[in-house]
Amino acid sequence: MMAWIALVLVALMLGAAVLVLLFDNLIAAIAAASVVSLLLSLLFALLAAPDVALTEAAVGAGLSGAVLAMGLRRLGLINLGKQEEPDA
Amino acid sequence: MHKLASLLFAMGLAALLIGLATQLPLGMTPMGVGQAILERAPGETGSANIVTSVVLAYRGIDTLGELAILFAAATVAGLVLAPSIHAESQARTKPRDDAGLVLRAGSDLLFPLLLAVGFYIVLHGHLTPGGGFQGGVVLAAAFFVSFLARPARQPSHVGVVLIEALAGAAFIGIGLAALLGGGAFLQPLLDQGTLGQLVSAGSLPLLYLAVGLKVGAELSGLLAHLAE
Amino acid sequence: MTMNPPDLITILIVGGIGLVAIGAVGMAVSRHLLRLVLALALAEAGVNLLLVLAGYRWDAVAPILTGAAVTRPMVDPVPQALVLTAIVIGVGVQALAVALMIRVREAYGTLDIRELKTRVEQDICGAAGIAPPESANAPGGSQPYPVPVTTSRESA
Repeated sequence: MMAWIALVLVALMLGAAVLVLLFDNLIAAIAAASVVSLLLSLLFALLAAPDVALTEAAVGAGLSGAVLAMGLRRLGLINLGKQEEPDA
Repeated sequence: MHKLASLLFAMGLAALLIGLATQLPLGMTPMGVGQAILERAPGETGSANIVTSVVLAYRGIDTLGELAILFAAATVAGLVLAPSIHAESQARTKPRDDAGLVLRAGSDLLFPLLLAVGFYIVLHGHLTPGGGFQGGVVLAAAFFVSFLARPARQPSHVGVVLIEALAGAAFIGIGLAALLGGGAFLQPLLDQGTLGQLVSAGSLPLLYLAVGLKVGAELSGLLAHLAE
Repeated sequence: MTMNPPDLITILIVGGIGLVAIGAVGMAVSRHLLRLVLALALAEAGVNLLLVLAGYRWDAVAPILTGAAVTRPMVDPVPQALVLTAIVIGVGVQALAVALMIRVREAYGTLDIRELKTRVEQDICGAAGIAPPESANAPGGSQPYPVPVTTSRESA
């Protein structure tokens, strides 16, 4: 039973990780990285590591996304519409 | 071509590593040190959360190293992002007005709740999953949410730096007090009460309180530097 | 339809090493500096998963003593303490990288690593007083060795 849950979580996590590299919009890439951290914290809870799951959820899904988004705002690269400059 | 080559290399490396890792005894680890710590931790440190006793008592030096790394990263980020003397960066700082009603009302309601949850997680680090780092992140998030709602009203930088410095000094001070008492550096002090009580496990809650305040002040200062 | 259940440890190994591989590819392939930092964060997440997996035991519970009597074994607490440290250090490194990126953008106006490479090379060569290298195969230019001096007896 736990193996099926882990299979779904790992598949979603790897899909979101690939999406981080494929999105053109940088805000979408940061959101995909936060999704990876959230699913990883669920996997940590499955592995009987509640301290690590708390830390990953607070830091990876919360603070890391906030730090990267604040940096993006200061760089002036937040773009919620169409993207005209190509950045890979 | 370059992208295809790196993709093939990564896939080959992943296949090799997965083939290697399935041969390892994962899932049936022969825990040598782990088993000894699991048997002796409640008796020696008095904390119900064994990971806390590992982080603060058995591997306290690693936690001190982590605090040093966080301090270095936050300080250097603050130095790098300090407003320079050039005229173009001074022209860019425009006064940001307050956010809308939803964000302001939400942050006013969330700020005391986040502070309460953060201090709860910090102070109960030796009983339930949690501790200084998780609670410190929640405390930093409390100040960050109030900063997002009212960007013009920030906590003073001097106060934040003072709290961080005093908390870090308190951590090292407790460790040195153990050294002066005849034990090793960062050896757990004070009387261990009964297992499972809030006031138990000697100096471990005090150490985690210092860690929580230091991490919270550091991260909120870092976010304030990034935002302005 | 009954399938034999997949192995939990194998799934998690594939997930962890897959994350590390995706992060490595991202770091090698990306042209924008922020995407490089995101790929580094992915690789760090994969390594943390592998570390926690190293301390896992079959049918073991979390290493926290509740009031109940201890009947089941517990997982290894030492890798969990290491991963706690590693996660917090990871976010510190990302914050420092973002701060440096802000300064690079202010100094050079771009965050594309190929443009930055040429402009930084020009800056360094301009400060040192030498010509910028033409290609990676000939970093010293087309004439790296001193020209041998021919005496007048040979040319006559």
